[in-house]
Amino acid sequence: MSTSESPAEAAPDRGVPAVELTGITKRFPGVVANSDVNLTVARGEVHALCGENGAGKSTLMKILYGMQQPDEGSIAINGEPVKLRNPQDAIKAGIGMVHQHFMLADNLTVGENVFLGAENLHGIGRAARARLAKLAERTGLRAAPDTLLEELGVADRQRVEIVKVLYRGAKIIILDEPTAVLVPQEVDALFDTVRAMQAEDYTFLFISHKLDEVRAIADTVTVIRRGTTVGTADPKTITSRQLAEMMVGSELPSPETRESTVTDRDVLRLKDIRLSVEGSERNILDDISLTVHAGEVLGIAGVEGNGQTELVETIMGMRKATGGTIELVEHDGVAHDLTKLGTLARREAGIGYIAEDRTRHSLLLTQPLWTNRILGYQSRKPVSNGQLLDIAAVREDTRRIVEEYDVRTPGIDVPAAALSGGNQQKLIVGRELSGEPVLLVASHPTRGVDVGAQALIWEQIRQARADGLAVVLVSADLDELIGLSDTIRVMLRGRLVSSADPATVTPQELGSAMTGAGAEESEKDTDAEGGATE
Amino acid sequence: MTITENPSAAPVTVAVRRKTRIPGWLKGVIWAVVAIAVLSMASYATGVNTLTSSNTAHTALRLALPILLCALGGLWAERAGVVNIGLEGMMILGTWGAAWGAFYGGVWAGLIAAVVFGALGGLLHAIATVTFNVNHIVSGVAINLLGLGVAKYLSNLVFAPISGNPRQSPPVPKFDTYSASGLGDWLGDLENAQRVGISDVAGILRGLVTQVAPLTMIAILLVPLSYFLLWRTRFGLRLRSCGENPVAAESLGVNVYLHKYVAMAISGGLAGMGGASLVLLSGGADYLENQTNGRGYIGLAAMIFGNWRPGGLLGGAALFGYADGLQLSGGGKAVLALLYGAVILLCVIVVVQLIRRQWIAAAIGVVGAGVLYAIYWTNDTLPSDLIPYTAHFVTLIVLAVASQRLRPPRADGVPYRRGEGD
Amino acid sequence: MSSWRTKVLPPLLAIVFALLLSAIALIISGADPLTAYGTMVGQLFKGSTAVDTVNLATVYYLAGLAVAIGFQMNLFNIGVEGQYRFAAVTAAIAGGALDLPPVIHTVVILLVALVAGAAYAAIPAILKVTRGVSEVISTIMLNSIVGGIVAFLINPDMFGVLTGNNLATKPIAPSGHVPGIPLGSATLFGFVVIAALIGVGYWFMLNRTRFGFELKASGESPTAAAAGGVNAKKMALVAMLVSGAVAGLIAMPELLGRDYNYGITSTQMYGFTGIAVALLGRNHPGGIALGALLWAFLDKSAVSLEQIHVSKEIATIMQGIIVLSVVVAYEVVRRADLAAEQRRVGRALAGNGRKGSSVAEGGAV
Repeated sequence: MSTSESPAEAAPDRGVPAVELTGITKRFPGVVANSDVNLTVARGEVHALCGENGAGKSTLMKILYGMQQPDEGSIAINGEPVKLRNPQDAIKAGIGMVHQHFMLADNLTVGENVFLGAENLHGIGRAARARLAKLAERTGLRAAPDTLLEELGVADRQRVEIVKVLYRGAKIIILDEPTAVLVPQEVDALFDTVRAMQAEDYTFLFISHKLDEVRAIADTVTVIRRGTTVGTADPKTITSRQLAEMMVGSELPSPETRESTVTDRDVLRLKDIRLSVEGSERNILDDISLTVHAGEVLGIAGVEGNGQTELVETIMGMRKATGGTIELVEHDGVAHDLTKLGTLARREAGIGYIAEDRTRHSLLLTQPLWTNRILGYQSRKPVSNGQLLDIAAVREDTRRIVEEYDVRTPGIDVPAAALSGGNQQKLIVGRELSGEPVLLVASHPTRGVDVGAQALIWEQIRQARADGLAVVLVSADLDELIGLSDTIRVMLRGRLVSSADPATVTPQELGSAMTGAGAEESEKDTDAEGGATE
Repeated sequence: MTITENPSAAPVTVAVRRKTRIPGWLKGVIWAVVAIAVLSMASYATGVNTLTSSNTAHTALRLALPILLCALGGLWAERAGVVNIGLEGMMILGTWGAAWGAFYGGVWAGLIAAVVFGALGGLLHAIATVTFNVNHIVSGVAINLLGLGVAKYLSNLVFAPISGNPRQSPPVPKFDTYSASGLGDWLGDLENAQRVGISDVAGILRGLVTQVAPLTMIAILLVPLSYFLLWRTRFGLRLRSCGENPVAAESLGVNVYLHKYVAMAISGGLAGMGGASLVLLSGGADYLENQTNGRGYIGLAAMIFGNWRPGGLLGGAALFGYADGLQLSGGGKAVLALLYGAVILLCVIVVVQLIRRQWIAAAIGVVGAGVLYAIYWTNDTLPSDLIPYTAHFVTLIVLAVASQRLRPPRADGVPYRRGEGD
Repeated sequence: MSSWRTKVLPPLLAIVFALLLSAIALIISGADPLTAYGTMVGQLFKGSTAVDTVNLATVYYLAGLAVAIGFQMNLFNIGVEGQYRFAAVTAAIAGGALDLPPVIHTVVILLVALVAGAAYAAIPAILKVTRGVSEVISTIMLNSIVGGIVAFLINPDMFGVLTGNNLATKPIAPSGHVPGIPLGSATLFGFVVIAALIGVGYWFMLNRTRFGFELKASGESPTAAAAGGVNAKKMALVAMLVSGAVAGLIAMPELLGRDYNYGITSTQMYGFTGIAVALLGRNHPGGIALGALLWAFLDKSAVSLEQIHVSKEIATIMQGIIVLSVVVAYEVVRRADLAAEQRRVGRALAGNGRKGSSVAEGGAV
């Protein structure tokens, strides 16, 4: 997936680097987010910063944008050392940032969102609007300045973010995982904009963990792993495999599952599941039907925001399906209709749940570890006998989990917030496998955890599968998905559009299926081109 | 610290909705016309003239003022993202300040003292909620307690030796009032002519243009002024951005803490001015313990009623003032006549909903109208003990019906700490 | 480990801070703070003040518990004020109208109070759950409205009796009373025992039952609670009803132990005091008890300040400062503690010789 028209030669004078970070270190209580990071970005290039979730990319960019101050190290912009104490300093230095979670206010208009904080440039009246119209044209934003932001779609919101940055006269633009929420055509349109602006001497820092995109757009790629930069490479000469190895380390823990344990006993049956929201004619989930068997890991691939989160939450009963049925089959083959049940009843029926965002959905952060053991199991032994809790048994069982799942903690009385992400996740995995589940729903189970915890969690999922559990695995990490799954289904815009055999599929093939480019081999190489001409 | 309900759901709402919008001022005019039409129909049908008499309108205006000012105070606070349930306490501070200032320095000094005292209360709320991230409701309740205590203490210290009563200030000067006399007389003639519609409008207008104090004019002018400052200036844009998405505002170089502090000072000052309007208007008492009687809370309700917009909260304050003024000048019979008006209004709403094909809403409207009409038909008057609470009942009903359509600032009451954004 | 510090230090700091600020106010107004504070403490040992303090604290304790139940799940039951007054007048009317044997009579009155409190709380609860109306604003409205309802119900046309200048409900016969405990010249409410039992029940509910866990989980993280199978709407409804039921008991110590009827002159504002007491006690049954005692002491002893010509309102100011500074202090100590805890865990693990946990998203905590 290489691009032929990257205007590397068009990039002007590369004498003085646009951005130079030297020896950046940032510590948070209990963790080191960045240690000794070095990064040099030449003027006029698209410089990709790659790394797994939690590798420290976001912290680094917050430092460059003045939202956080480094404990050590120095920053130079266009050759001049600067101190960025707050975003204003960064803006003054010509740096702009397009945030992954848009920094926009829904209840303000497009114009207000753009002018906010930059009123000194052109006021908020006619002159400002004229400037806005000009920039909107360049980025392809068609919404009127008086439109309330909440009425815009995601791609337009992103355009507003880019206009915001340009309005402030930034020449160095940070794009923080800009494609995570976009559909393929939108990604192509974004890349077109980036290329056009690159020719006008803008410099881009492109943050991503999607290797195909990095290879499509970047002139240079720097890899960051566990808080520090591990190397810089030319995306045209390096292979995806090499890049991936740089990202996860030479050990590259392999998630591969050896022999098949898939049985023909159904455990979870989804039939024609639909989910719609008020005010939108398109369904979030559209006619989803799938069956997971005992001993099978069903992987769900897809670009984030295509309905995976909603599917998981519908299975768990946190969202009520608009149509369709969900059945869980017991050991004796009796189907149990879950469609009308609440979350707790579904959990009691034998579903373990590893949520996508553990701090929001799996943990009570200020409560001690043993209290967290209760969550989701408050109606069952050993935690309780109906209405009364058995504290001694809870504490005992928490100790067991800490021991068995190698949760590194000084004790079970520390609050969950004090643990690192990996240890929090090990505790959650331990808890969710302790209720004798027949089905495990795991959403991004190794997101933002360290390599050691990742290996352990993979091992546990494999063990659960060997024990005859059915597993639904949603992940953005394609290697994880391919390595663990017995079957892979691809999700696009709320539908299951295709399936893949993990034994033969490559991450590249899966990636193009996820973007809806079609599974045909012939189309793959022309992807970038085809999109560009649209 | 994530605040959004479900960020992942965002991409799904791609469809761009484009509605034809009625401009805010036109909406206000339509509502005013509808309200007057309903009242004059009810007045005609029931024969209760107090519904639209100039006396009712005048009393309503006086009673609406403190509520209006508190609602404006609430607007400034909540647009900056601070829930201000401490309006009541700030208002109490304002009543004491007004009496103290007016006693020693005349009405204008009283007004300034009231604003300063209220603003101090607002700043205290800001220290607790903005700097220390204390829960906004908790801090507000504490400020109400503190405001009451401080006013009592100071009153005991300063007023008791003069007035001989620790619960009351000595008599203080009041604002002079001005009338548009020519216009007022002409409207008075029209009102007495007893012509349907015209006399009603004339009665209401006459009540609004006779014996108007400068403070009243200031208060009413503060509504468009607040709109202008909040929606048409750079400062207002920044302030509102703090209430919508403070993390985004910070990322764009807005000093969120500073704006919240300023907003709270203004909010407290307005609440203090609301207190002054209880003390410094003729017809009002001097400083008197417990004279605010929950008006700060009502102001907050009026603001919510008005959907966090200046025009809307003016309507909310007018409703509370009118309901209060009506029961004062007309008693149970008048409120019962108002029920008749409510029936008419509901019928209009039912028709609108039928046109919009909202069958369920229309059905609920029919049932409501039926119930109200039954009450109207079976009673001669309403229990006098419950009548003072007309506005409260109305608020509850309106909230129950319309709550889902209200649009509070997105980050209202949400804790925010510098540098903790996503 | 540091939990002792987290729990006890903030209120102590707040009280000291309040004493200091009040001292400044006293000095400005020309009084000697030490004499004033000394007089207040001295008053505790005079006459019936001590017993009165405990009696009042009983009322405050129930109010604090009622508020705390809502607070556990971040539900602001500002409406305790309205709920307890509605329950009081209803229970007083029922108690006055009924003629039942002792004990049964009392129990029936208490049940009426529980149900009435819950019923009045049901209005905001249902509005919140079905219509999304903020409980803060609806309970504020209902707090005001209850004044009208009380006036309406104790009207002589309805259930009221006019004795002298006082309009009140019909007195409850002795069979419905809760007998007091004579202590010297004063009588301690027998209700103290019942209140203590309710406190124990509250502790048990919170720490040993599934309902208590679900309540706390909903308050701590609604999203995690939902993923853990807690039905948020049901919890809000139930918590509000339970809170309202306990609120229904607030007026009972005085109604069944001293006044025997409920009238227009009966004390108000207990509900708001409950908020302060619950905050001070950090929603902990023991803490609320201490908070209630402190509050009652400030209220009862402040009267003695008149003897030395100091305005007794200084006590109200002190209370206001305590509430505000205690929440600030809790927040400050909590932040410091969490950071310390994270450092401690980091150190403890670094000692294991593996740096496995060194990398995490900066915003994760």
